[in-house]
Amino acid sequence: MLLSYLPLLIIALFGVGAFYASRARISAAPQRALPGLPGHYGWYGTLWTVVPAALVYAVWTIIDDQVIRNIVLSDFPELSGAAATLLYVSIENAAAGVMTDDVPMASVELLLNLENLSAAARFALVTAVSVLGFFWGWRRIRPELTARDRVETALLVALFIASIIAILTTVGIVLSLVVETFRFFQLVSPFEFFFGLEWSPQIALRDDQVAASGAFGAVPVFAGTLLITVIAMLVAGPIGLMSAIYLAEYAHPRVRAVIKPLLEILAGIPTVVYGFFAALVLAPSMRNLGVDLGLTISSESALAAGLIMGIMIIPFVSSLSDDIMTAVPMSLREGSYGLGATASETIKRVILPAATPGIVGGFMLAISRAIGETMIVVMAAGLAANLTANPFEAVTTVTVQIATLLVGDHEFDSEKTMAAFALGLTLFFVTLALNVVALRVVQKYSERYE
Amino acid sequence: MVNAGTASSPQPKLVAREVSVFYGEKQAVFDVDLDIMPREVTAFIGPSGCGKSTLLRCFNRMNDLIENCRITGSMLLDGGDIAGSDVDVVQLRTRIGMVFQKPNPFPKSVYDNVAYGPRLHGVAPTRSELDELVETSLRRAGIWDEVKDRIDQPGTSLSGGQQQRLCIARAIAIRPDVLLMDEPCSALDPIATATIEELIDELKSEYTIIIVTHNMQQAARVSQRTAFLNLGRLIEFDETQKIFTNPSEPSTQDYITGRFG
Amino acid sequence: MSSSVPTTISSQAAANRLLLRRKRAERRFQLYGILAISAAVGFLVVFLASIVSRGYMGFVQTEVRLTINFEQELVEAGSYRKILRTSLAELFPEAGSSRAERRALAGLVSAGTVFVLRETVEADPAIAGTVRDVWVLASDPVDQFHKGRIDASLPEEERPISDASLARIAALEQDGRIALRFNRSFFSRGDSRNPEEAGILGAIVGSALALVVTLVVSFPIGVMTAVYLEAFAPRNRITRLIEININNLAAVPSIVFGLLGLAVFLNVFGLPRSAPISGGLVLSLMTLPTIIISSRAAIRAVPPSFAEAAIGLGASRVQAIFHHVLPVAAPGTLTGAIIGMAQALGETAPLLMMGMVAFVVEVPGGFTDPSTVLPAQVYLWADSPERGFAEKTAAAIIVLLGFLLVMNGLAVYLRRKFEKQW
Repeated sequence: MLLSYLPLLIIALFGVGAFYASRARISAAPQRALPGLPGHYGWYGTLWTVVPAALVYAVWTIIDDQVIRNIVLSDFPELSGAAATLLYVSIENAAAGVMTDDVPMASVELLLNLENLSAAARFALVTAVSVLGFFWGWRRIRPELTARDRVETALLVALFIASIIAILTTVGIVLSLVVETFRFFQLVSPFEFFFGLEWSPQIALRDDQVAASGAFGAVPVFAGTLLITVIAMLVAGPIGLMSAIYLAEYAHPRVRAVIKPLLEILAGIPTVVYGFFAALVLAPSMRNLGVDLGLTISSESALAAGLIMGIMIIPFVSSLSDDIMTAVPMSLREGSYGLGATASETIKRVILPAATPGIVGGFMLAISRAIGETMIVVMAAGLAANLTANPFEAVTTVTVQIATLLVGDHEFDSEKTMAAFALGLTLFFVTLALNVVALRVVQKYSERYE
Repeated sequence: MVNAGTASSPQPKLVAREVSVFYGEKQAVFDVDLDIMPREVTAFIGPSGCGKSTLLRCFNRMNDLIENCRITGSMLLDGGDIAGSDVDVVQLRTRIGMVFQKPNPFPKSVYDNVAYGPRLHGVAPTRSELDELVETSLRRAGIWDEVKDRIDQPGTSLSGGQQQRLCIARAIAIRPDVLLMDEPCSALDPIATATIEELIDELKSEYTIIIVTHNMQQAARVSQRTAFLNLGRLIEFDETQKIFTNPSEPSTQDYITGRFG
Repeated sequence: MSSSVPTTISSQAAANRLLLRRKRAERRFQLYGILAISAAVGFLVVFLASIVSRGYMGFVQTEVRLTINFEQELVEAGSYRKILRTSLAELFPEAGSSRAERRALAGLVSAGTVFVLRETVEADPAIAGTVRDVWVLASDPVDQFHKGRIDASLPEEERPISDASLARIAALEQDGRIALRFNRSFFSRGDSRNPEEAGILGAIVGSALALVVTLVVSFPIGVMTAVYLEAFAPRNRITRLIEININNLAAVPSIVFGLLGLAVFLNVFGLPRSAPISGGLVLSLMTLPTIIISSRAAIRAVPPSFAEAAIGLGASRVQAIFHHVLPVAAPGTLTGAIIGMAQALGETAPLLMMGMVAFVVEVPGGFTDPSTVLPAQVYLWADSPERGFAEKTAAAIIVLLGFLLVMNGLAVYLRRKFEKQW
């Protein structure tokens, strides 16, 4: 444990030391106009001391687990795949002090030895690289060195690397989804997935019978998502739009200053709290109401989930619509009022038509939000993939299926888990398309009135 | 032309008495008394910020749209109150139309721009009546020949001068008695300005027109009477010719000779 | 020309009717607006009221004062179960010694009472051999009945508490042996299968650890990205690609980040499941766009003249940005970070994938310990059938909303305090 963090400590200490040493060296040099402050020379020394050593540490840390695993498992050439993983996990557990049955003690010992060896080697290597780096930098610190330039370039490189992480994240998302989905589509045809009407991935007939582990026709899942989204938009659309209209066109600034943040609270409440409300407050009372009215309302009805989701996305509709309507130039309002129009006529005939692209963009963002929302539906919608348009029945959604297929302890590489990634990929692309189009539409709109 | 003012009927179209306008604590217009004669062009001139636009916008209550704006004093249209809080501004604005500084056609077709007012007020209920009204209004605004082939294209696709004439057509389509024009040519080039000025001259046969302008030549060219305002006060109000040739107030003289403004 | 003007409205009456209709339409339209806002705000009020009314009782807990005889030999033998049993039997001598009766008596107090007694003695060994009054937690049914959540008028088989137990509770009440007290264990314990013993400390610590990871990772990267994009990035395709990526990441459903974390952090990098380090990393990728976007706005709000002045005095661009622009933009950046952290605190879905929605009794002590987070605790308890968990869930929600309120309030305060017009 100590040995694993010690190299980092060494790097940090050496780095600080290198700063002062390098600064002192340049200050002792014959003084003349330097291409940098003494501090820049200090940083220059620090960079050479820290960066190569830190890279070595990182690379070593990333690959040593894999190397050790290969060495330990090389004693068991007959094992592969899941069996090897299982064995290795139990060896690791045993090494960590959790005793399990049937663990080859020789391997446990080997693992522990290798781990210690690796940590010690890493410590030695990192220290050596750090010292070498320091002397490399030290030799170059002369008044002729353009230290400021070098240090600033290094800083810019660091900034650039930081901003690349956004791209890496997207690449990571796409790759991880695509790889698993590709494997899934080797087992289940894309045609069945996108057009099949049966979804029951949880029912495996026999453990070893991979292809028969269930049905993967995702249409009921998509339909459930659509149904809940439609219900949500039926709530959020009118309420959000009318609230935005009132706030933008009628409300006194002081009222607006109170109501607007109040509405935005709705978007800040954690979705799990909405889920609690939908599942434990709204759904039971709706079922009771249904009993009184002679209706059968499932306790996990699409209606309850959709209603609450609608409330949650009100601010997404209202905020953007409000912004867009406020951006409609005052001159258009004056033109309309000057012709004797009432406020509502001005809104309906001039402002809304002028703001339509922006409002549509806002709706699309809200829809994308609704499709991707997870906790409300996990808690309030069902698991059963019913293909129905009846809002009183239970339906399931893409996000619910992803969550339930991946939560819990089951082996990876099964069709179920891969199916979750296929659903995730679909979800990713649908929401991405909605967002790209929505942003385009809104951008086009705002250009028009600039 | 000079005689037009003096020979017109003695009954003024619009009357303002002791009109003051406040924006919050700040007073923008001080105790203005003014009689606007029918079927004449009255010009409001004065340096920028003198309150001429504010005063103009009192006549059709456009200042109601501005938060904290308060008007005192009395204003009458044909003897009927227009300043009171019980006055129906919607009806008032059908009688007093307005053309704005910057052309502001709605993002709709040329046709729909002109038909906007008539549709609201239920004028010309049938399609053919509406077609006719749109055409008449565009003709009266002198723009029919230019737009008759693209009546379904957006009004925003026209040139600046055409847009402004479209806005005039839009305003007269509901047949108001009075037309308020708030520096209608300030955003236009000289040629477009000349066209609009000609149009104003023609329109005065049917409408009472008040025009705000900071262009003194324009006031001299188009108006029969001119009101000079400075720092929110009405300094002088008389026949245009008199104001420009022999003003009674020294500050009017200074302004029109370009000593300030 | 004027001859072509069509006839005006036929009658004044018709015009008036039209005007009236338009006025009514106007009022109706305004009313729709007011109704829409009332619906949204009304929901918020009902929502918060229902959570508070369900949850406030979670902060208190019914406790029972038992007179415990810590017999020396039983303490030495460690048979605290027997100590408790004897004490309960003394309290209710009318109960027989049958197995069912003994169980009914033990069912009055929390299943964890035995351990509490042991801890009491371990904390103060002098207790052994004495008779002491000890306040112990009541069991969930007793707690719920005492709080008035169980209707005693229902037939016996429809409620979770028997007639005999009701009589005993009444006797305890008469003796002043039963009371509602502040629920300390709610804030000092981890999760438990018994609602009366379940606490949120584990979840709070888990959330705090995950947020530390999130902040440490996403704040520097986010600010560095923002500085790069606002101050140094050349206008080229790579820069545009980065910007597009950031905007799109902001809109990716959170559960997709969970899939990324599962596939990359857990399966490829082999980070531990259910650990704050893994959950925090996923949350930091999620909050990165928020921090970048608000930091960029903060940097952009600094007038370019600041940097220009420094450059005019011979500073390099890097020095100008880091010495003169960043310090001015710092409060805005910080505000963005707080809002990002608040988002991360409320997030559940991606953590589902990372195994952080788990039954964890131990309060986590480090970044790699198994742990859960506050919203995940809410999710877990909301799923539990015991009555006691319903109010615990709502109470945990109140705590969660309280944290969010403080964080957002802090952000608003910072923004107000440092809002300047240059």
